[in-house]
Amino acid sequence: MTTYDTVIIGAGMSGLAAGIRLAMFDQKVCILERHKVPGGLNSYYERHGRMLDVGLHAMTNFARKGERGRPLTKLLKQLRIPYEKLDLSQQNFSRIKFPEHNISFSNNPNLLTEEIEKFFPHQKDNFARLLELVKNFDDVNLNNKPQSAKGKVREFISDEHLLEMLFCPLLIYGSAWENDMDFSQFVIMFKSIYLEGFSRPKNGVRSVINLLLEKYAQLGGELRLGTGIKKIDVENGAVSGVTLDSGEKIQASKVMSSIGLPETMNIVSKNSESPVIGNLSFTETILFFDKKPCDSGIKETIIFYNNNEKYDYKRPQTLCDYRSAVICFPNNFGYDDYDEGVIRVTFIANFDKWNELDRQTYLQMKKEVRDEALALISGLFPKFQANLLYHDVFTPKTITRYTSHFKGAVYGTTQKARDGRTGIKNLFICGTDQGFLGIVGAMLSGISMANLHCLMNGEKA
Amino acid sequence: MDYQTLRKKIIDIIADIAIDEDLSNLDDNIRLREQLDLDSMDFLDVVMELKKRYRIEVPTEDYMKLATLKSCIDYLGPKFAFSA
Repeated sequence: MTTYDTVIIGAGMSGLAAGIRLAMFDQKVCILERHKVPGGLNSYYERHGRMLDVGLHAMTNFARKGERGRPLTKLLKQLRIPYEKLDLSQQNFSRIKFPEHNISFSNNPNLLTEEIEKFFPHQKDNFARLLELVKNFDDVNLNNKPQSAKGKVREFISDEHLLEMLFCPLLIYGSAWENDMDFSQFVIMFKSIYLEGFSRPKNGVRSVINLLLEKYAQLGGELRLGTGIKKIDVENGAVSGVTLDSGEKIQASKVMSSIGLPETMNIVSKNSESPVIGNLSFTETILFFDKKPCDSGIKETIIFYNNNEKYDYKRPQTLCDYRSAVICFPNNFGYDDYDEGVIRVTFIANFDKWNELDRQTYLQMKKEVRDEALALISGLFPKFQANLLYHDVFTPKTITRYTSHFKGAVYGTTQKARDGRTGIKNLFICGTDQGFLGIVGAMLSGISMANLHCLMNGEKA
Repeated sequence: MDYQTLRKKIIDIIADIAIDEDLSNLDDNIRLREQLDLDSMDFLDVVMELKKRYRIEVPTEDYMKLATLKSCIDYLGPKFAFSA
């Protein structure tokens, strides 16, 4: 029987990054992935010759080459991947579109400040004070206690409309809580979106995954795709290895799981109390057109749309909440990878409602989602007259099928394990449920948990 | 082992960690953190590389002795002699 120093469950961004760190320092490490394609929540697939990306619409945390102290440059250094390899192109700009106001932001943080001065002049000084707090807050300290971000931000921003608008992109790009988020997460997201910004690696998310796979293989790490895990084996309160779906047993001194905290505890042999499963899931419609949006004057990269008086970031009572959406235009980055026009539309959705549909209704409702997405686009951009060439819709059920996250909970549990500990000796968590968010956050999570628990044995440097 | 040989060994390690940085003009007496974008995670890497390449162990309480190139060489010199 093989014995590994560390077995990593899940070949998503965090699992691969953790694997690279351990293989780099000569650990015997194996990553086990249930699916045939790595990537986890941020992955891709091919249909009819078209490559479709799933997961985040863009990479957050944009940094220029050599920019110091940025999460992106930090993680590239830790993984020893040269900056140029990502071949990033920047967003044009993005827009938060609410009934009464539009606020634009870009990778130059001054634009957001100017927009706030223009549309919310009486909040100018308040916003400046909030910026100071955000810049000086130690957001990645693993000992930060959860606290309500809205409560904290209200101490600075006294206009609820502005507050709602500022929270909208941050919530939908990463909060597992409904209508609020943990303040540390707020700061992480604020910096990553408003101060650093969006970019796209050439050819999308698969480029990042391929870079990680290549690096991991070079360092001698093992990867087994199509390998599901039935059970995490625990002896005398400590991890001893895993049992695969096939019945094969693998011994390991440590196990690092990236599949989510409730999902991990569910396969621990001892009956343990399950952490809360998050309520938030989404549908995403990916549309391919015979014209590019920019040819009809659409320059935005991402639009955070809300047509409700308050932005309602919570599980809807219906299949989907069509009153708000995120609309992404992947053509609208510095360079354009696509031959066709592409638009992605995300709606907040209810897993249980989707899950209880019979197959025929399920397929019918996916058509309804597509029609709502098309109606939203033509409502916002009547000039965009294009023929739909191809589309695909994925639902909370699809997310569960491909990521094994319970209830399609994209952002995982509401109770994060920030220090990566699980209560079981030598079983650790990285990724979404450790609490660093986005593609960059996921990789940093894998790196810092591997460093802390597998290279330094839990001691702080 | 002479100063320049030791210096080169240490710079080789830093070059692998700080892949995007220019290391040709480092001042031996100024803290590396001030000259390069290195944080505590990266100093962990220096320690790990010393162990991996030369089987030299640096205990946590000695991390501050790696602050400048000069202090690295002073501190690591005897350890290299021993490991060789």
